[in-house]
Amino acid sequence: MAARRISSVISRSISLRPLSSSVVSQGNRTSLGSEVQRFSTAAALEEPIIPSVKVNYTKLLIDGKFVDSASGKTFPALDPRTGEVIADVAEGDAEDINRAVSAARKAFDEGPWPRMTAYERSCILLRFADLVEKHNDEIAALESWNSGKPYEQSAKTEVPGLARLFRYYAGWADKIHGLTVPADGPYHVQTLHEPIGVAGQIIPWNFPLLMFAWKVGPALACGNTIVLKTAEQTPLTALYVSKLFLEAGLPPGVLNIVSGFGPTAGAALASHMDVDKIAFTGSTDTGKIVQELAAKSNLKPVTLELGGKSPFIVCEDADVDRAVELAHFALFFNQGQCCCAGSRTFVHERVHDEFLEKARARAQRRTVGDPFQKGIEQGPQIDTEQFQKILKYIRSGIESDATLECGGDRFGSKGYYIQPTVFSNVKDDMLIAQDEIFGPVQTILKFKEVDDVIKRANATKYGLAAGVFTKNIDTANRLTRALRAGTVWVNCFDVFDAAIPFGGYKMSGIGREKGIYSLNNYLQVKAVVTQLKNPAWL
Amino acid sequence: MAARRISSVISRSISLRPLSSSIVSQGNRTSLGSEVQRFSTAAALEEPIIPSVKVNYTKLLIDGKFVDSASGKTFPALDPRTGEVIADVAEGDAEDINRAVSAARKAFDEGPWPRMTAYERSCILLRFADLVEKHNDEIAALESWNSGKPYEQSAKTEVPGLARLFRYYAGWADKIHGLTVPADGPYHVQTLHEPIGVAGQIIPWNFPLLMFAWKVGPALACGNTIVLKTAEQTPLTALYVSKLFLEAGLPPGVLNIVSGFGPTAGAALASHMDVDKIAFTGSTDTGKIVQELAAKSNLKPVTLELGGKSPFIVCEDADVDRAVELAHFALFFNQGQCCCAGSRTFVHERVHDEFLEKARARAQRRTVGDPFRKGIEQGPQIDTEQFEKILKYIKSGVESDATLECGGDRFGSKGYYIQPTVFSNVKDDMLIAQDEIFGPVQTILKFKEVDDVIKRANATKYGLAAGVFTKNIDTANRLTRALRAGTVWVNCFDVFDAAIPFGGYKMSGIGREKGIYSLNNYLQVKAVVTQLKNPAWL
Repeated sequence: MAARRISSVISRSISLRPLSSSVVSQGNRTSLGSEVQRFSTAAALEEPIIPSVKVNYTKLLIDGKFVDSASGKTFPALDPRTGEVIADVAEGDAEDINRAVSAARKAFDEGPWPRMTAYERSCILLRFADLVEKHNDEIAALESWNSGKPYEQSAKTEVPGLARLFRYYAGWADKIHGLTVPADGPYHVQTLHEPIGVAGQIIPWNFPLLMFAWKVGPALACGNTIVLKTAEQTPLTALYVSKLFLEAGLPPGVLNIVSGFGPTAGAALASHMDVDKIAFTGSTDTGKIVQELAAKSNLKPVTLELGGKSPFIVCEDADVDRAVELAHFALFFNQGQCCCAGSRTFVHERVHDEFLEKARARAQRRTVGDPFQKGIEQGPQIDTEQFQKILKYIRSGIESDATLECGGDRFGSKGYYIQPTVFSNVKDDMLIAQDEIFGPVQTILKFKEVDDVIKRANATKYGLAAGVFTKNIDTANRLTRALRAGTVWVNCFDVFDAAIPFGGYKMSGIGREKGIYSLNNYLQVKAVVTQLKNPAWL
Repeated sequence: MAARRISSVISRSISLRPLSSSIVSQGNRTSLGSEVQRFSTAAALEEPIIPSVKVNYTKLLIDGKFVDSASGKTFPALDPRTGEVIADVAEGDAEDINRAVSAARKAFDEGPWPRMTAYERSCILLRFADLVEKHNDEIAALESWNSGKPYEQSAKTEVPGLARLFRYYAGWADKIHGLTVPADGPYHVQTLHEPIGVAGQIIPWNFPLLMFAWKVGPALACGNTIVLKTAEQTPLTALYVSKLFLEAGLPPGVLNIVSGFGPTAGAALASHMDVDKIAFTGSTDTGKIVQELAAKSNLKPVTLELGGKSPFIVCEDADVDRAVELAHFALFFNQGQCCCAGSRTFVHERVHDEFLEKARARAQRRTVGDPFRKGIEQGPQIDTEQFEKILKYIKSGVESDATLECGGDRFGSKGYYIQPTVFSNVKDDMLIAQDEIFGPVQTILKFKEVDDVIKRANATKYGLAAGVFTKNIDTANRLTRALRAGTVWVNCFDVFDAAIPFGGYKMSGIGREKGIYSLNNYLQVKAVVTQLKNPAWL
């Protein structure tokens, strides 16, 4: 069904496929945007389009029931197009985390979930994926309403991607094999790969549903129970889809969702003595706190997926038009709100000037506006804090004498829209070349030698991803090995298929998510050694 | 050669095999000990036997050279038999760690080690193992001199175990495969398993050489460089064998050894911004500090192998004589100084009284004395701090109304010898049943139902290991799955073959060492995604 839905919408070029969402391979986009506002059209946005979905789930999900928070407090979920309230949501804090962990603990220690067969668990995940597909358009509408991302991106890439991830991990559930192990003596040795127990998971606001999938998919496939804290900006879709999980037959207490804030609910989860594992996606600074809280409490193992300042390297043999499009996509996708954004565009000096001119033109062509409007590439940033932070970095770029090629200001007068912005003459030591901006701000740097660009690309505390654009196989192979990054995309970017592991070197994180690698995050290895009497072989 | 050496000494029963060091499978020991002092013989020990080895290496090993510490300071390495000084050893602190990390960084970033073939690296590890065998007896003498463990244990189990581990990981060096990965679109996806970089490693004093092997073996096999801090109690053998590594052809800077203390050298290593990975074996309290320092500095991934309070469960169908011998070994081996010691002996009520009587008799038969004397089973504890701590726990046991069956005091009047001690009538809430004593103190608890013993065995913050003694396959399988511990030994204990992963659930640690699993600790996963043009298949 996902394939059918998607193939019916190929007029949009974000993706022909559920998850391999590279824009560029789909051909040119110059025919797009004629019906929508360009960012240079700074006129006030029209009235926001009303999404066709009702907000039915605003309470915490604990032990299979939607409940108010213990304190009775709520907080508003906002529409980034306007800053207005979509719904008031129950605000979980430490006491709600305690209730959720108790439910998850009981579901793990005594409940049916780890004791049903892997095949039965697998079937529940598959039924969930089916229900996600059935409700694709409402889920997508809710996701875009609360996060500001283009509706077509939600409907054609991200919600199908949610179903895709759960089908992928449903397939793993009954393929988690331990090993039998050769011994040095008369012993029968085997390893059991057991569920780790109660998993705490904290997800960010930039891809609420995909981050839900990356976290929940492998944890459930391995037989664990979960307490998941959503980002305070985007609590709505996780609640919606968790309801579908109950419909799919997930036993109560296996998946608990607590909406709330980091310093209260998040810290309580990371510090909890009855949580056996914590996984966090977000900023490096917060990741360090999560790791510290885990260390100070019960030494629960930690998976971290953190910030980045990923290089996108355009080599001298590049087809400039394709390189421009890919580099544009690498940075501007999702309003620039990607941890793996290609946020340092290194361009070889031989093609630099042409690249720059075309990159500026491409950014100027970028269609900004209401994410529910057809053909829109860029919606608003998530909230006022991010909005202000990005504008501050733009000012910093100008003050540090980078050349502002286009953009540089807010778009319109309402909500959190920012003009697609391009800086040239960027130097490695400028703040805009070192910090994670997390917005639609492309910084273009020039390079001459491959040796040199390797050093510069690696001269960062981050190591999440890298893009390489070249036709030369030796250059591609050389860069691929030398770049200290968890993902290297060669002549593509942001390909997020379910089977591809994702995660960081250095301060971009610990561990890998997606693919076979993510299973390790949710398993304990138990060695079982049994004495043998009269073995036929050793 | 190892096999020949070992088979020539089967008069000793510690092990017929290099690493599967279960005493019990070798038959009864009642004929032993006639020539040596029993612990009840409280007469003063004779003059300590002089070990046949010279102490040639006392400086730090940095960048392939033995050098003084930057401060010029030294500290004494002591003989636990007497508390007297064996040698003064260069005392490394933060500045020396900096020098060592610089050397390791350079060796990784620019040196030949990660750039030679895996086969070449493998050959160096194999040559090292050969050299270890050649110098088996001197290394063993030094190990026992500095740590107090029986010489025969060092010579016949631990030094051969060192060679065994390095041959095992030599074999892995050229078998570290990444994956090619199915994509959802026209992409060629592969994963590279790369060395992680500079590994910091901190090892304890209870098995100085084996812990060296567990840490250094996989790190080198994966192509990393190392800064290793030894325990301040036992700096000598790591320096000795590292000299052999240089002889074997290891390039300078690949393995750096810093002798020193935790709060200075250890903390500097765990906090270092240029260290890409830290592995620690030691106490849970220190492990938490290591994890916090890693989080506060550069988020280096951490492997922890920490404390335990492992249950040893004797079921009602047990052959009592064998159970007694195995439980005795599980606790008293290595002077009780094992993180995985079977330190809660749960005995089914039906066999309890017989077990207790025989366990007491076995402890009373245990031969304590100069570790260099033939037939000695138990040497001194490592140092005065441990010695005092153990005596304090014995007092606590007496005060909490456990029954002291035998032992309970120091042995002799010199050095750190303690009498083999057995407590019965131990209750779960007594300190001696909850804390890690790390000495020759067996605590015997009674149980009735399997359900009940599962709960009690798991009611601890630790989860390192467990022993199960039964002939009933259903009981064995039931306990094996239910016990929350990283290793379950069934009808055996302390089997430490190279291929068996070892590590803890809960607060006993994070990650696994030995076996294929330890490779993950020293590898980064890099996903490489390349666009395909006209693929023949997907």
